[in-house]
Amino acid sequence: MVSLNHYLVLSAILFAIGTAGVFLRRNMITVLLSIEIMLNAANLMFVAFGRHFGAVDGQIIVFFVVTVAAAEAAVGLAIVIALFRLRESLDPDVFTSLKW
Amino acid sequence: MGFELPLFYVFAAVTVVASMLVIGQRSPVYSVMLLIASFAALAGLYVLLDAPFVAVIQIIIYAGAILVLFLFVVMLLNAPKERGGRRPRLAAGPRRLGAALGVVFAVELVWAIWRVASLREPVEAAVVLPAEAIEPVRWIGQVLYTDYAFAFEVTSLLILVAMVGAVVLAKKHVQ
Repeated sequence: MVSLNHYLVLSAILFAIGTAGVFLRRNMITVLLSIEIMLNAANLMFVAFGRHFGAVDGQIIVFFVVTVAAAEAAVGLAIVIALFRLRESLDPDVFTSLKW
Repeated sequence: MGFELPLFYVFAAVTVVASMLVIGQRSPVYSVMLLIASFAALAGLYVLLDAPFVAVIQIIIYAGAILVLFLFVVMLLNAPKERGGRRPRLAAGPRRLGAALGVVFAVELVWAIWRVASLREPVEAAVVLPAEAIEPVRWIGQVLYTDYAFAFEVTSLLILVAMVGAVVLAKKHVQ
């Protein structure tokens, strides 16, 4: 029997991997992919809790999270394209004009 | 009977290993491909969780649409491999702060899981789903278009704004 805790631990591991990716990678596309991993960790937890409590709301919230993720990916990638045109680079360390 | 636990471990292992490889890659094309594998395994986990609707959404929207969009951008930009070498070292102050925040993050995760483990009231009882759940997709549709109707409409607005925003951001500026 797979318990709720199995899913929670898996979700925590995935979230940690995503967080590590955001901080370790020097490629804006990989950073966006890491954010997708974190969103999926949250989705997994929503569905696991929904099953645990016998409610459908967890799955509906996943539906909304996927929608927001799609919007985020579209806008994020548009920004990546615009920045790449500007500097011919995907390294976030290159873009420091807003740094104080 | 008894297939659930081994299947869970197989899918979980594929998801975690593929996600770690996503993080470990220098080349963004491989990262996107590995993430598709990771999300396919996640879809298997959703099937194990009695959520076929979410599993199908995961495949069609995530693997099929969002990650293909990523792939298009990677190929469009002819994205260069990440250059090697180390990042410029941070000063001692920010490094200590970062390490402290990392420890706080780990403690938070462990604490949250431990708290849920001690909470477990309706564990086995809740697994008996209500009668409507026999047709999960119909059940989801009913709740989505009644209780969540407002959020659903707002979502369409969000998609519209994101679409316009993406077009405006990515277009070439002509003087």
